[in-house]
Amino acid sequence: MTTYVLRRLASIVALAFGISVLVFLIIRLIPGDPALALLGTNAGDPALVTRLHQQLGLDEPWPVQYLQWIGAVLHGDFGYSYGNQQSVSSLLAANFPATIQLTIGGLALSLFFGSIIGVVAALRRNRATDTVAMGFALTCMSIPSFWLGLLLILLFAVQIPIFDVVGGTSLKGLVLPAVTLALSSIGFNARFVRSSVINAQQQNHVINARAKGITAVQVFRRHVLRNALLPILTIVGLQVGQLISGVVIVETVFSRPGIGRLLVQAILSKDYLTVQAVVLIIAVIYALTNFIVDLLYPVLDPRVASR
Amino acid sequence: MQPDTVPRTAEAAETDTVLPPVTRRRRLIQAFRHRSLLAGSIICLVLAVLVLAAPLLTSADPNLQDPLSAFAQPSGAHPFGADSFGRDLLARVLYGGRTTILASLSVVVLGGVVGTALGLVAGYFRGAVGFLIMRLVDLLLAFPGILLALAVATVLGPGLSNEVIAVAAILVPVYARLVEGATAEVLHLPYVDAAVTLGASPWQIIRRHILPNVASGIIVLTTSWLGIAALWIAALSFIGLGVQPPTPEWGAILYDGANYITVAWWITVFPGIFLALFVVGVNLLGDGLRDELDPTLSRDLGRA
Repeated sequence: MTTYVLRRLASIVALAFGISVLVFLIIRLIPGDPALALLGTNAGDPALVTRLHQQLGLDEPWPVQYLQWIGAVLHGDFGYSYGNQQSVSSLLAANFPATIQLTIGGLALSLFFGSIIGVVAALRRNRATDTVAMGFALTCMSIPSFWLGLLLILLFAVQIPIFDVVGGTSLKGLVLPAVTLALSSIGFNARFVRSSVINAQQQNHVINARAKGITAVQVFRRHVLRNALLPILTIVGLQVGQLISGVVIVETVFSRPGIGRLLVQAILSKDYLTVQAVVLIIAVIYALTNFIVDLLYPVLDPRVASR
Repeated sequence: MQPDTVPRTAEAAETDTVLPPVTRRRRLIQAFRHRSLLAGSIICLVLAVLVLAAPLLTSADPNLQDPLSAFAQPSGAHPFGADSFGRDLLARVLYGGRTTILASLSVVVLGGVVGTALGLVAGYFRGAVGFLIMRLVDLLLAFPGILLALAVATVLGPGLSNEVIAVAAILVPVYARLVEGATAEVLHLPYVDAAVTLGASPWQIIRRHILPNVASGIIVLTTSWLGIAALWIAALSFIGLGVQPPTPEWGAILYDGANYITVAWWITVFPGIFLALFVVGVNLLGDGLRDELDPTLSRDLGRA
């Protein structure tokens, strides 16, 4: 167990280092002088350009620049956003809560409905219910989330004005964005849960339990569900990646504050320090989630640790 | 293999009567699998024809502005209505489909070729280079898809070809991982050892023994990612990082739709239907192909 945890820990540290190097390179790879690009309309001011050169250490070799940058980042200093006239860290702090709210809402919806649909489809395997459920899942996965968001706005904010076109961060404003965010994950989860349950149903001990005459409900609860849970845990890790991708789109469609929209606006306004910070933070959160999922595995299945 | 057209022997009829539920169910599954393959092919084909035949279906120029018919409702003159510049929406949707479909095809071709090449090199030659490639692949896979595309788009700037490169960057590590694994597996087989002993060059072994073994995996991966590629191409254009105006493209038209959602529903509804249909069609095709070509892959593991 200890070696397992240590090995995972070593790999996440290596991964975090790799992520930080790639993210560091974003600004350096943009053609032209990064300082000029960062300053945008203020690029005409030579004093500002020189100051930024010194601040970013652009006159130093890249490894030195990287060390300076990562040192500042580890102290929570992501630089200054010239476009927004405030420090990047305060921008992040202002935008994070809304994104967390949306992600939790989307995750809850997708896990709840995805599991129900998946389990029902597995129990009614190859019957009409299964076909309908899987057709629904495929449709969920195929509908572009930004189009779904627009349709929901069109229906429930324009035609039948129940919600506001531009949702705030209130609980009511969360409904349409959370549904939009969850839909494609509901389809994905339903398919995954279905195959995971079917897989567990085909294990010998399940067949044995049924042969013993244990009721179907008992077999499902004690033998199928527990074994199906492990693969389902994997999707929570994948899910966070999917939801993050979705957040970028959904926040843009609903003009909702959050780091997804912050990222898009930063890219469009060439506010590269903000882009760098958001990409770094999201990637690290994603890696950490998968690390935690990895740590939970041996708790549910002791065989994993001994491998 | 259409089950209904297979000539049924007396033997088959007999097993039918002995085990009716199993055979009937199995036939049903097969028919359904086929149906998804068939339905997917039909949807994709119809869309391809519509998009290619755009000049025959409408005489309108997708970029012709006509202030007098701005926000015209769907009617005989403008079947799908007109946008804020009075441009005919039917023409924009049909010509826009060319851009979206071509771009998503380019994404899977570009990502597939680069990823496959990297995977072959890493899997076949291994060594320091292979190790480096696979660690880079791990690193790229650690980024949630859209984040990688957005980072690449940030470096390259907006535009259709940059958008294609950005989305392809997501696919490269996925292909590399698949091909590397399959290559390493095939390399252990005795007949490959025999070919090496007989003096076959690496290129010959890759072409004759390894590629045929990974081909079905690559085809399945390509169809399951084509739909995702289309979604991301449209999404990036919707955000404003893809095609620049006035080029019609489904995601870009939807961006217009979002701006005028309270005045003109048709700008939002029609291009979205086409985009969703295309993705549904490709996904059906992918599911069907996966069942036909690679029964070992469960129907759910193809995407993340």
